Amino acid sequence: MRKSKFNRETFDRLIDALMPVFAALLAFAIGGVILALQGVNPLEAYKAMLVGAFGSKNGLADTFVKATPLLLVGLGIAIAFRGGVINIGAEGQLIMGALFTTWVGLQLGEQLPGAVVIMISLLAGAFMGGVWGAIPGYLKAQLNVNEILSTIMLNQIAIQFAYYLLRGPMIDPAELAAGTNIPHSARLPKSIDMPRFTDVARMMGVDQTAKDLGIQGYLGELYGVLTEPSRLHTGFIFAVIMAILVYIFLWRTTIGFRIRAVGLNRHASRYAGMNVKRTIILSMTLSGAFAGLAGAVEILGLHHRMFEPTAVSAGYGFTGIVAALFGKLHPLGIIPSSIIFGGLLVGGDKMQRAMQVPQVMITAVLGLIILFVVSTDYIVRKRQAKRIKPVASDETTQAESA
Amino acid sequence: MSEKNNLLPSGLPRIESLEMRGIVKKFPGVLANDHVDFDVQAGEIHALLGENGAGKSTLMKILYGLYQPEEGEILLNGERIEIHSPTDSINHGIGMIHQHFMLVDNVTVAENVALGLKSSKGMRLDLDVVSARIRELADKYHLQVNPNAIISKLAVGERQRVEIVKALYRGAALLVLDEPTAVLTPQEVDDLFVIFKQMAADGHALIFISHKLNEIFALTHRVTVLRDGKLIGTVNTSDVTKADLANMMVGREVLLTRDRQPRETGEARLVLENVNAFNDDGQSVLKNISFEVRSGEIVGVAGVSGNGQRPLAEAIAGLQKVENGRVLMAGSDVTNFTPAQMFDTGLSYIPEERMHDGCIKNFSVAENAILQDYVRPPFSKGIFLNFKAIASHAQELIESFNVKTPSQETLIKNLSGGNIQKLILARELAREPHVLIAAQPTRGVDIGATEYIHGQLLRQRAAGLATLLISEDLDEVKAMSDRIVVLYGGEIMGIVKSDEVTIAQLGLMMAGERADEVFAA
Repeated sequence: MRKSKFNRETFDRLIDALMPVFAALLAFAIGGVILALQGVNPLEAYKAMLVGAFGSKNGLADTFVKATPLLLVGLGIAIAFRGGVINIGAEGQLIMGALFTTWVGLQLGEQLPGAVVIMISLLAGAFMGGVWGAIPGYLKAQLNVNEILSTIMLNQIAIQFAYYLLRGPMIDPAELAAGTNIPHSARLPKSIDMPRFTDVARMMGVDQTAKDLGIQGYLGELYGVLTEPSRLHTGFIFAVIMAILVYIFLWRTTIGFRIRAVGLNRHASRYAGMNVKRTIILSMTLSGAFAGLAGAVEILGLHHRMFEPTAVSAGYGFTGIVAALFGKLHPLGIIPSSIIFGGLLVGGDKMQRAMQVPQVMITAVLGLIILFVVSTDYIVRKRQAKRIKPVASDETTQAESA
Repeated sequence: MSEKNNLLPSGLPRIESLEMRGIVKKFPGVLANDHVDFDVQAGEIHALLGENGAGKSTLMKILYGLYQPEEGEILLNGERIEIHSPTDSINHGIGMIHQHFMLVDNVTVAENVALGLKSSKGMRLDLDVVSARIRELADKYHLQVNPNAIISKLAVGERQRVEIVKALYRGAALLVLDEPTAVLTPQEVDDLFVIFKQMAADGHALIFISHKLNEIFALTHRVTVLRDGKLIGTVNTSDVTKADLANMMVGREVLLTRDRQPRETGEARLVLENVNAFNDDGQSVLKNISFEVRSGEIVGVAGVSGNGQRPLAEAIAGLQKVENGRVLMAGSDVTNFTPAQMFDTGLSYIPEERMHDGCIKNFSVAENAILQDYVRPPFSKGIFLNFKAIASHAQELIESFNVKTPSQETLIKNLSGGNIQKLILARELAREPHVLIAAQPTRGVDIGATEYIHGQLLRQRAAGLATLLISEDLDEVKAMSDRIVVLYGGEIMGIVKSDEVTIAQLGLMMAGERADEVFAA
């Protein structure tokens, strides 16, 4: 009796944990039906996607490149959620972070050692993203302004502000000289490019390719990702370290304790003497800071200049929310989840080319995943409530509502 | 027997007998009802008694069609019936009066009664017909109910009568009364009991759920006691004593009186001087409140729910703004301190809504145990939490306050109400406060835990703690307090020594009469 109960519980928990996976599979199944209706073999299309994202050196590199901002944004989303606020403004915060990183990078240029400027620029990005997150946080805490609305609106302001700067004060002097006036900034000095994986490998003395070493097949591709020239930069490592730090922050520090307490029950937190308003502002600021950091890493690791704001943010601010939810709002869970969603973005692109399926199909599947993952969250909560009810006596629930 | 005697005043047939036989209801890991037999006859008031979690609510939810039993049968007038939903139950003539009123506040009595019923005019409302029938029922049952009154304008006792009319209107011959006196003044309770007795005399069958032993003796014919889902026994109320019932319910000897030794009080630790406060709508919720609580003293606050108890506690705890007047702790002015500052002055506060304000449901026992002190050593080292100290603190509280929990990592929502309350009490007392505000410390808590909590409060009193005990349970206030402050409409009606006042006198004060008027009478 006891043992079977234990097994039952483990089984239930396992099902709960796998719910997002079921949700994703369901989304893919529905996506498959739509693909089939368009006369494309869904299995082949999905195969093209999978191989495109994870099958080759270049695919893997792109997947990790895209996973990087998703992970950083997702961490910010998780902090906000844990603190009981919802941040839909990561796009804007990312753009503001990217802008300020670029500006600081251009100002400092080569006056200081590259590593120092990288540090300062990253901090600058986090700072500006944090400011952009603090605004809705303050409005929420002091005036009870719905943070979902205010963060969405601040996205638009950030985009337009970026266009203003890139067409005016921050425009690349070369564009002005050439008269083409394309809205982008000057390129940052090479000394402050975040090192790529291949740069690190070369620094460590690894300069042979997989072919040189005779490593065959998928192992060779994996080796290639780590050592051979590609777009993959150390921003991903940085993001993973951040995920671990956020985990420690939320679960091991007093501030993390306060954020989680306020997120779960504002009333009890207030009764316990916590400053709820300040904590809400803090959660939103940190959330924005991580989105800003994502922008900073995109600039320093990948683009090396600021250009079209919506192309820099590339929807990461929204996809990051999905990645965070898919990772169960747990910093360590968001690491694999952001890789999966990075892979989806890359694979979707590859699928489009291989199968002549529009990339928007993948966007649609992503939309379905969001929908299903969010609804599984509801289902899981219901299932948990059902499991818990009998343990606590039903009178307790009455006393609760009293 | 004549034909007439088989009909109720409402004109409907009586339920001669209702029997539940061998009811088994399982929840994963819990046997909520273990072969329970229960029966009630026409003309009888049958009490269902048991601690929280004993299975009485489960049994009644089965009768009302909210749960389906795994085993057992329900017999109505000797015939087996199936109850799959509340609708089935209502159709069989079973009505339920819930502990919390199920009324829509801003519409009339008639509209509330008509709610959810089919209108005889199809899409159009036939409120005149409803009103006429309500008047007829009110008349026959001597229930003063005006069908055109707006619910929000009615007093709590009147709302209770509306609930009864509603059940009668739906053809209830058998009524399940789930702790119907929880929110009433003693006088309102007396009125209600007259109504219940008359209904029984008229041939209704009544099931009365309560854990107030006084009420069971005042009202019921038989008592069925449940414990841990099992039937302990059904007895005639006149054959047993309070102590018998308490022992049946708890399974051991229970102390019903509180041994409050007279004690010299010490210095004034908490003083309120002409405190006034307003709610968010600008209405006055506290009017010129002045009193003091001394070391070694328990001051009770009595009053019907919503007469300023909560603002009073919150004004002291720094959660409600004090507009004018002063709050003093150990002689220094602490008016409008923040909650955190108040904790530092040596205040502990057990809020009345323990699940809402007193703990975080999805935090573990250990996390809830440090809710105020997580930033203080030894629970923190710099910005980091010190899990070793947190664990040993939680273990200490669990052991010294006998909190029943599978582990300190268990989420607190999985504990029973009594154990959650014990943990909150443990947390607050472990902070070694100078002043304790305990708001409804035993509401919804079983007899065993209540006994324990009262014992702890008295022990702390002996050790010199100044306690403000806010409770709607008059017996509790009277037994535990040295002095009693009676609140009505945010004002103090009187401050009396608990040994020199009767429950009836307290009741009058709770209804808005000043102490001098009450004692002059």
